[in-house]
Amino acid sequence: MPDMGREYRIIGFLCNWCSYGGADAAGVARFNQPTELRIIRVPCSGRVDPMFVAKALLSGADGVLVSGCHPRDCHYTEGNLYARRRLELLRRFLPIIGVDEGRFEYIWVSASEGSRWRDMVTRFTDKIHALGPMPRMAEAARTLCTLSGMLGVSSAQPDVWPAKERRRVPRHETRRDALLSMDDYKEVMDGE
Amino acid sequence: MASEPRDRTEELRSRVAEALPDLDFVLGYGRGFDPLHATPVAVRRERDVGRLIFDPTCVQNLATSLYGLSGKRLGLVVKGCDSRSVIQLLQERLWERENLVIFGLPCEGVLDLAKLRVAADIASVKAVRFEGSPRHGVLRLTLPEGQGMRDMEMESAGLLADKCLRCRHPNPLVYDYLIGPEIAPQGEEDDYADLAALEGLSTQERFDFWKRQMGRCIRCYACRNACPLCVCKHVCLADSREPHWLSAEATLQEKWLFQVMHALHLAGRCTECGECQRSCPMGIPILLLKRMMNRELKELFHYQAGVSLDAVPPLHTFLMEEDRIKDRGLLW
Repeated sequence: MPDMGREYRIIGFLCNWCSYGGADAAGVARFNQPTELRIIRVPCSGRVDPMFVAKALLSGADGVLVSGCHPRDCHYTEGNLYARRRLELLRRFLPIIGVDEGRFEYIWVSASEGSRWRDMVTRFTDKIHALGPMPRMAEAARTLCTLSGMLGVSSAQPDVWPAKERRRVPRHETRRDALLSMDDYKEVMDGE
Repeated sequence: MASEPRDRTEELRSRVAEALPDLDFVLGYGRGFDPLHATPVAVRRERDVGRLIFDPTCVQNLATSLYGLSGKRLGLVVKGCDSRSVIQLLQERLWERENLVIFGLPCEGVLDLAKLRVAADIASVKAVRFEGSPRHGVLRLTLPEGQGMRDMEMESAGLLADKCLRCRHPNPLVYDYLIGPEIAPQGEEDDYADLAALEGLSTQERFDFWKRQMGRCIRCYACRNACPLCVCKHVCLADSREPHWLSAEATLQEKWLFQVMHALHLAGRCTECGECQRSCPMGIPILLLKRMMNRELKELFHYQAGVSLDAVPPLHTFLMEEDRIKDRGLLW
């Protein structure tokens, strides 16, 4: 396993009836498994709103795994068949917003497939280790500073001080570029 | 192909006058605060039909207003692209077809004011004249200059909205009255050529691209409010505290997640009318996100939203054996 030094955060959404049982079976059988998967139990893979996955990834999870019953084996007959369409679409959508497609996977594991579960989790975790951590989302600090500078100058009340008493110079008089100039605006709008 | 706009407007007015007695009101386009802006108008009485206009400044998608007006008997003026939103609303049973009288106008394209703003200072435009059809004709602006006026002439094709340049449905797909001659589409199938640039980027570059774009978002939700298919604005998850999907913080993460939510909730429903992008005050290319989603949908499910009244939305159904989805469980 590459990059053993780092703990990754991987979220697993497991359906109550098959995959959660499968993961339990893997535990009961005392298989060696990676420890980075945080399991969230859901009633059915059909319960997994693609937003769960999107929110997890955009909030900094390094990978998300959804696991449900095999098609035709759903406890609710058709939950995983709806889920399959949704999750497949999501899988294709994530690269569009720049999230590597390897960070999200959906699989089918039944309650008796403890060893298969172990294999799947191990392989998925390896894949995330190979991909490295999820890119940082932190906003460019400069943009924030520039914006707040612009707002501070334009919306603060520069002239509330009686000039003759304190001679407090309004900020827009001290800074050449204090008022919103087109150059500032362009710079912020264009990002870098 | 050049239709006579004057005649067409007259025909629209007479049709509306004809249908008005049976309707609560007709929602159409009127002249806005300057000659380059149209505004939605509600025509309730016959003497008001003269306020209706139709020309390439009629950019809005009036279907956006439909959802808040359910229960009324309504007339609606639609362009080809708007009619797809209407179809989608009808298909989802959010409106009854029998309570809607649709005045369909084949449309050769509407202006993109953002493009026009780059070409000319239109803040105090005095008069606008379209000569010939929008696709091949010219746009003549009368602008103030010094003490007098100045005429400016531009080819209107370069000023049309991007969606019009690739328009596949210039003629309304659902209507009660079709006003004006039908128009040839710009092409048969959408080839999504405009997505190639973004496609060419690496995943990391795409991430950075969206990071830069979404960083500008001010969370005004204009995109949501302008969307004809965002029909649960009053209980929108973006505003909800329980579940608390988004916090009020102005972080990039929240902004981005909102756009992802919008795209995901419109999967299989978005008709690419472009209102989200047009209404965005920060110029974020939101439609790009929707179009990329739509291309995947087309590839996966052979589906295009808002072209057929009795199609089943792809995420409302399933096949036991999906022909385009590989069995993920056995893949690795």
